[in-house]
Amino acid sequence: MNASGSIDEHTESEVLHTWTGKTRQWLVKRLPADKLLPEGQPSYVSSWIYVFGMGAIASLIYIIASGVVLSLNGPTWYHVSGLGHFVNSSHLWSVELFFIFMVVHLWGKYWMSAWRGGRVLTWITGVISFAVSIVAAFTGYLLQTNFDSQWIAFEAKDALNAVGIGAWFNVANLGQIFMWHIVLLPLAVGVIVALHVVLVRARGVVPPLEAASSDTQLTTPDEVSVGTLTEGSVR
Amino acid sequence: MSKIPASVSWRSKDDIASRAWTGKKREYDLFKELTVGVIVVGVLVVGLSAVFSSPDEPSVTLKSWATAAPADFVATATAELGGTSGTAGYGAPYNNTPDVGQKLGPINLQSLSGVQIPIDTAVDFVTGPLSLQANPPQALSTWTAAATDQRASWTSAYTDALTKAPNNDPTQVAVGDYGPVPALTSSLLAMAQQGALDGAIQGEGGFFNLDYTRSILFLGDGAYFVGLADGAHLTGDQWGMMNETGNYPGQSWLWLFSFWYQVPVVGGAANADILVVGIMLLLTVLLGLVPFIPGLRTIPRWIPIHRLVWKDYYKRR
Ligand code: HEM
Repeated sequence: MNASGSIDEHTESEVLHTWTGKTRQWLVKRLPADKLLPEGQPSYVSSWIYVFGMGAIASLIYIIASGVVLSLNGPTWYHVSGLGHFVNSSHLWSVELFFIFMVVHLWGKYWMSAWRGGRVLTWITGVISFAVSIVAAFTGYLLQTNFDSQWIAFEAKDALNAVGIGAWFNVANLGQIFMWHIVLLPLAVGVIVALHVVLVRARGVVPPLEAASSDTQLTTPDEVSVGTLTEGSVR
Repeated sequence: MSKIPASVSWRSKDDIASRAWTGKKREYDLFKELTVGVIVVGVLVVGLSAVFSSPDEPSVTLKSWATAAPADFVATATAELGGTSGTAGYGAPYNNTPDVGQKLGPINLQSLSGVQIPIDTAVDFVTGPLSLQANPPQALSTWTAAATDQRASWTSAYTDALTKAPNNDPTQVAVGDYGPVPALTSSLLAMAQQGALDGAIQGEGGFFNLDYTRSILFLGDGAYFVGLADGAHLTGDQWGMMNETGNYPGQSWLWLFSFWYQVPVVGGAANADILVVGIMLLLTVLLGLVPFIPGLRTIPRWIPIHRLVWKDYYKRR
């Protein structure tokens, strides 16, 4: 693909032949550095609803950090250590916050119909991260090595067996659930959230539902220039 | 307000939502926002953890069960021996039991999955562990030598006698022809009370064994374990596994999953689990496809909550 116009200070207008070069050209075109890490946002990005995505990321950071500490000490450490119990509590509460933030975020994006204008993949990756997070939390509850996890395993096996997957996703097999919970599912959540956020950056934040080309914010663009504001602009 | 209704389509076309924004900008520092977010969430996490801690109800063991509820333990062990327990008749993936498992129309996914985790309750839960003892009970060889029919008539006679005994107490059972069954179950009870049964059953998986399927199924066949869960508001008709022990929010995000079990036509159906899993899969896919579904995607235009979100923008247009 030949980049039309100057996409970047580096002369990327030439026709590149290597896969590597083409990939770079495509990436730089779709997501130039000032779009990935902009210093400004369109004027309509001013509402509390925008902080909930960030809140979910912040909670995810605490989930991972506390989870790493729990992993380092093994799944039964927190039964016998005061510090362990506190780390376990912070793991639990960051998960609760994560879900609160995510659900408010989801509803916010719904009422903003934020899938408009080619942003449908952002919505879909959001729904996938929601679903995968639920499975991840479920495996966490199975990993508590206490009465709760015994009971949840006993209860949950029936639904999984009924649909024929209980032998492969065996809720009573601690070793298997351990791997799902501390390796596979966190990796999946991490990758999907990263993709989700990169998609938001690449597409730019969705404009108001009733924005019209006659709006003053569109007819009289910046009087004040804010840094290098190039968010979303095709130069 | 615009005259033509605003588009809620997901399609990328030549409109404001699809074009790059060329209008007014404002300074917005993403990294600063993230940093503030991390600090605020950190304070919340530490505060909530310090104030509310987290629940940690110790595990039940076969030992604690046999000690706290010996009658229930003996009745359950008898059912495991006679092949009448929940696990013994469960079907796939634990054993071959004809005509069990939930069906979706003509398809029985449970049976199709096959016996992947074979469990023979009489051997794995009772006679196997007993045979590991230094002096296995004499009754063991009587049991092993007996024909299947004979075994079944012993266990069913003993099960009946246990239900009729005062407090289901095995020591107060009327005299009858129970063969080696009372000797086997009382040895197993003693073994469990000493704490040797937990290790014996867990050891069936080998030296390294992280698979607790057998132990958990054995626990679940008795009334004691289920009773504890019931007391902690954890059973299916109490919104089940979305709850956790103590006063904690638990997995509240599973509310819709648990909800379907409380709806009589779904929860009461013979294939309730399949129905609920199916409904939830369908709803999740639908949620993902909302942008493509006319009506569902149009509601945000009909109920304009977005005017609150973009209040400032609409005010200054
Ligand atoms: C793991 C959980 C999630 C994280 C960490 C996350 C993070 C974010 C962040 C940081 C943004 C940009 C800022 C903002 O508007 O908040 C965003 C935007 C978005 N999110 Fe999420 N999100 C998550 C889950 C979801 C879910 C469940 C949905 C919906 C089903 C969703 C749909 C969207 C959409 C459509 C946008 C684009 C918004 C726009 O263009 O204005 N996200 N997400």
